[in-house]
Amino acid sequence: MGCVNNRIKTSKYNILTFLPVNLFEQFQRVANAYFLFLLILQLIPEISSLSWFTTIVPLMVVFTITAVKDATDDCVSICSKLPLQSLQQSILQNEKWMNVKPGDVIKLENNTFVAADLLLLSSSEPHGLCYIETAELDGETNLKVRQALPVTSELGPDIRRLAEFDGVVVCEPPNNKLDKFTGVLFWKDNRYSLNNEKVLLRGCVLRNTDWCFGMVIFAGPDTKLMQNSGRTKFKRTSIDRLMNTLALWIFGFLVCMGIILAIGNSIWEHQVGAHFRIYLFWNEVVNSSVFSGFLTFWSYIIILNSVVPISLYVSVEVIRLGHSYFINWDRKMYCPQKDTPAEVRTTTLNEELGQIEYIFSDKTGTITQNIMTFNKCSINGKTYGKSVFINVLPKTVPVDFSFNPLADRKFQFYDHSLIESIKLGDAMVHEFFRLLSLCHTVMSEEKNAGELIYQVQSPDEGALVTAARNFGFIFKSRTPETITVEEMGKLVTYQLLAILDFNNIRKRMSVIVQTPDGQIKLYCKGADTILFERLHPSNEELMSLTSDHLEEFAGEGLRTLALAYKNLTEEHFKEWFKILQEANTSVDSRNDYLAAAYEEIEKDMMLLGATAIEDKLQEGVTETIASLSLANIKIWVLTGDKQETAMNIGYSCHMLTDTMNEIFIVASHTGMEVREELREYFALQALALEGDLENEFVEVACMCKTVICCRVTPLQKAQVVELVKKHRKAVTLAIGDGANDISMIKSAHIGIGISGEEGMQAVLASDYSFAQFRYLKRLLLVHGRWSYFRMCKFLCYFFYKNFAFTLVHFWFGFFCGFSAQTVYDQWFITLFNIVYASLPVLAMGLFDQDVNEQNSMDYAKLYEPGQLNLLFNKRKFFICIAHGLYTSFALFFIPYGAFYNTAGEDGKHIADYQSFAVTVATSLVIVVSVQIALDTSYWTAINRFFILGSIAVYFAILFTMHSDGIFVIFPNHFPFVGNARNSLSQISVWLVILLTTVVSVMPVITFQFLKEDLNPTLTDQVWLNLIMKQKPLQNYMRRVYRTNSRRSAYAFSHQEGFGELITSGKNIHISQYNYFILLKSGAFLKNC
Amino acid sequence: MAAASSCAELAGRNKPDNTAFTQQRLPAWQPLLSAGTALPLFFCAGLACLALGLGLHFSSATIQRFAGPVCLYYQLSNYYQNHRRYGVSRDDRQLSGDASGLSSPATECSPFRTDPQGLPIAPCGAIANSLFNDTFTLYHLANGTFHPVPLDNRGISWWTDSNIKFSNPELVNGSLEAAFKGTAKPLNWPQAAYMLDTGNPNNTGFINEDFIVWMRTAALPTFRKLYRRVREGNFSSGLPQGTYCLDITYNYPVLSFQGTKKVIFSTVSWMGGKNPFLGIVYLVFGSACILTGFVMLAVHIKFQKQNQMDVE
Repeated sequence: MGCVNNRIKTSKYNILTFLPVNLFEQFQRVANAYFLFLLILQLIPEISSLSWFTTIVPLMVVFTITAVKDATDDCVSICSKLPLQSLQQSILQNEKWMNVKPGDVIKLENNTFVAADLLLLSSSEPHGLCYIETAELDGETNLKVRQALPVTSELGPDIRRLAEFDGVVVCEPPNNKLDKFTGVLFWKDNRYSLNNEKVLLRGCVLRNTDWCFGMVIFAGPDTKLMQNSGRTKFKRTSIDRLMNTLALWIFGFLVCMGIILAIGNSIWEHQVGAHFRIYLFWNEVVNSSVFSGFLTFWSYIIILNSVVPISLYVSVEVIRLGHSYFINWDRKMYCPQKDTPAEVRTTTLNEELGQIEYIFSDKTGTITQNIMTFNKCSINGKTYGKSVFINVLPKTVPVDFSFNPLADRKFQFYDHSLIESIKLGDAMVHEFFRLLSLCHTVMSEEKNAGELIYQVQSPDEGALVTAARNFGFIFKSRTPETITVEEMGKLVTYQLLAILDFNNIRKRMSVIVQTPDGQIKLYCKGADTILFERLHPSNEELMSLTSDHLEEFAGEGLRTLALAYKNLTEEHFKEWFKILQEANTSVDSRNDYLAAAYEEIEKDMMLLGATAIEDKLQEGVTETIASLSLANIKIWVLTGDKQETAMNIGYSCHMLTDTMNEIFIVASHTGMEVREELREYFALQALALEGDLENEFVEVACMCKTVICCRVTPLQKAQVVELVKKHRKAVTLAIGDGANDISMIKSAHIGIGISGEEGMQAVLASDYSFAQFRYLKRLLLVHGRWSYFRMCKFLCYFFYKNFAFTLVHFWFGFFCGFSAQTVYDQWFITLFNIVYASLPVLAMGLFDQDVNEQNSMDYAKLYEPGQLNLLFNKRKFFICIAHGLYTSFALFFIPYGAFYNTAGEDGKHIADYQSFAVTVATSLVIVVSVQIALDTSYWTAINRFFILGSIAVYFAILFTMHSDGIFVIFPNHFPFVGNARNSLSQISVWLVILLTTVVSVMPVITFQFLKEDLNPTLTDQVWLNLIMKQKPLQNYMRRVYRTNSRRSAYAFSHQEGFGELITSGKNIHISQYNYFILLKSGAFLKNC
Repeated sequence: MAAASSCAELAGRNKPDNTAFTQQRLPAWQPLLSAGTALPLFFCAGLACLALGLGLHFSSATIQRFAGPVCLYYQLSNYYQNHRRYGVSRDDRQLSGDASGLSSPATECSPFRTDPQGLPIAPCGAIANSLFNDTFTLYHLANGTFHPVPLDNRGISWWTDSNIKFSNPELVNGSLEAAFKGTAKPLNWPQAAYMLDTGNPNNTGFINEDFIVWMRTAALPTFRKLYRRVREGNFSSGLPQGTYCLDITYNYPVLSFQGTKKVIFSTVSWMGGKNPFLGIVYLVFGSACILTGFVMLAVHIKFQKQNQMDVE
């Protein structure tokens, strides 16, 4: 009961339910319901100022387009559900992820994702050990160990016994705490307590473990990961919200106009109409001036409702969809390595990409590749290795490691002097690499001869040991008591006497080994600040030299470790070993005793040098971050990783250096203060999320150019985003690749998933996905900016157009007894917004460009109007309205003046109602076409075709509808027969149209021209610049400076506990299992 | 080798197409509103408007001289032919001669749809019911006696109206009266529609041109409609100077709603009837354009340099 399977449903419709469900949904939208209400109003003959078709035709068109769009959206979400990983299940059974239920026993293989929260039963490793990478969950890069209960690990790969496993698990209800689990397993009349160490969580990846069996505890939405991913919210853009507000205002305006005209009608009927009754009788229903006013109100609501046209919402959707396709199609956001193009998963947010103020980024996998490489070192006061910032020139040849058959091919080093030193037998250099090959917790495995595989628990260590391996100090194998190393082709076995394990307080680890010739040595590696305090005084000179080198490394954003050794006498060691054993056996505060014992021996060490490891950034991260910060976008890094590693990345991608740099130049002491504050807030942050500090945190954090939050849980990431959203009212963007980023991706205005790797969870929750962090620059600065620019232009024009179109009725009301008479032909009203004036503005909304993509990227400052919301806001809206009002005024009063008491060329009518309607309508079509022509800044063939085509179509339809043939068939629906022919053959009608156009357009050109001269925008300046063919604007092309700051670049993603594992021998392989069969068992769970 | 090629194939599988459309590189004009285009535009537009305005103004002024055929108009003011309730009160199907329209007029005609006896009215509706029915006769004093000036009532309506939009119901036994059998005359009319011009079968019933002119409702509450033309005999090139007498049969009440009636004699020019409005607006706007052009030129010269310096 209540058990959930692993499926997460995403699609809404099927073929049968589509039509009714979709129609129902569409009518739920307020706007559509409103138009339905108008339609019903029109069916009342006393109110109906327009024929029924004027509303139903556009409504049908809108519904059809929306339905088609919804259907395609739904198809996409169905398709995206398909490529889920399948699992082998039961004895010969393959199952899909979504079919996994609590109680199932499933088998996982190396390097696969854990599909659900599992109780670990057994694994290929000894003692039921199993290694997992939790980067998807918390962003930490080191491996973690999980161990099965001894009773279950005995089951091993025995399918029959696993199938018979009938334990009962009683555990806590589903929750979002990633680091806690409490439960009890009842099996064979025994109870075993379960904790986090026995559980594999969904989203982890199995590493260094060939296979493992687990029983599903939580599946689907109950898993801790999904509990952490927050609720999916319906996202809307700020333009959407503004549009809704404006729609309300317009509606208010509409009601006001309606009331004015209704009152006018009442007064008119009372004062004028009353005497006019001999020609205009009341009919049966309308028989008093007040009631007539009331009905007129509704009639005018119907006529004037085109100020908020039905087509607005659907046009906006179509434009967004078009922009989404442009993003999907962009080859410059296609990653050839992963064969992944950018993908828009939510098509309704594009213009918000042009308004981003805050970016929240994950670190591991997003900014960094999670690959560590040994990049430089300093040995005995001499540095080796080329700077990472001098790009490897084609002619620099990497060091040739072919002399070494066991070398790792992927390892590259660009300084030949180091290998020379080794070959020359420099003792210090040898000692340096000996240390690297001995002082670690790496496990080795030699599958075939010459194929050495290291199982590392932190990528840093992997990089160091691999470096040593390539330079000829090959770590071959270890037992609990020995380490075997091939030193320059010679096998040497060291006795491992002790491992002084790493932890976050000590920030160092040491090994004590005995060489074959009996010498006892302590090798230590750790944070420079810690290590330097424990050196022998004779190291003074070397220390200062090395620390200079360390600063240099730090400036380049490398992760550094200092290395030291110490020779021990046998007596000294034995004496100390006693203390150690005592500490080991002490019952309480064992850790304190151990720390004291370690402290005792790790002193008076001799400095060897330092290593510098590059935490490889994703391609182009530095440039992307630099451009985005030029565009005034603040970038925050939120990571579950440690402070040191996070800060290090901050420096290596110039986020921190840049900030410091600015402050340091002004006054160095404030720089320190800011840094202190920043530091303080790293620590405070967990608190800040809970209490009153919220405000203060946001205040301080937002003052900083860069904020790095470390050790945050997935849910806290979302809280940080929410905090900024709440206090800053800024548009936020979250980018990440792992399952731990889902919550943040969902809560930010825009969520971006990095795709192309195995984990798809972040992508599935995201609004946009692409393969590389660097595409963010193009997405925001090009696509986002264009989208925003186009959408704003579209909206401005759209409101202008509809006001110009509609308000003519308002003016006419004063001359027709406020009788809700329309100025235009009914058919014109029906078709204006969907045929005559829709395509040119759509084309502008889809294709317009003010500056090309290269300039958009070069002048990052061009992004600012979006952040400041300059292109479409309430002020702009009023300007558009005023423009529309002015145009409608010209459109009505120029024909009014021209037609007042006049006649045509042959003395016949031209001042009749129908000719007037045709004149005003033609003027309107031409005026709005000229206006769109002025607004369009990028005239593609499509724009030209649509603008000219719209005018042509207008005349074609006009002449068709006014033709004899169609009148003969439907005399009552096309009463304008012959009108176009008669009116448009009059020169004076064309003179009126010309005058109206010129009067409407010229002031606009004047304003534009004067604005460009008096108050030029950056866009204007870019253009001016291009015309004058000058160099790029200097002040917008700021360089990124790099400075060295005095700081430690120590960073090490290691975890405590592995030393003990090794010395106890638990993780040493005894035998190799080779079974790959899965089974399903009758075990069940009690908690659900 | 085969593996490599299939790998490359795979790598390109999802690669978006490289077309100008998908990559947003469509060739395009990017017209800029620069001083080079805007200022000449303003001066040209201004000059063109001035020229047009002058032309219009003079041709409007010449109309007074009564050269060429003179048109006789009647003008009503404060008369709301453009009122919605009035404007919809007609049945175009009936007026096009449709038999069913004759027997059951459209509901829009109500309350002028049927007479008190329940007979359908033809032509139905408020517009037809309020047909202007004053008549005018013009006399010219020559040799001491008043001679009637021949007034031509042909061709005063649009060709499309009198030939397509309006037509009489099919004759029954060659008789229009029989065709109208079973219908009532509009309440205000003295006689039935088929008796509008008994002398001329091509101008009676629904195709009576006075009726058609009236049925083409005016856009504004003050309007003039063509009544007759003077274009025959001695008067074909205008009304010669002299004494005239206009005999008005006053049937149509307008005083009740403070309306006025006027009779107007006017000639027409290439731009239609006399109306000074267009000419004046063109003149004013043309001058404004040229003035603005100068202002813009001044501003441009002053600020252009400054902007260039900013950029540098």
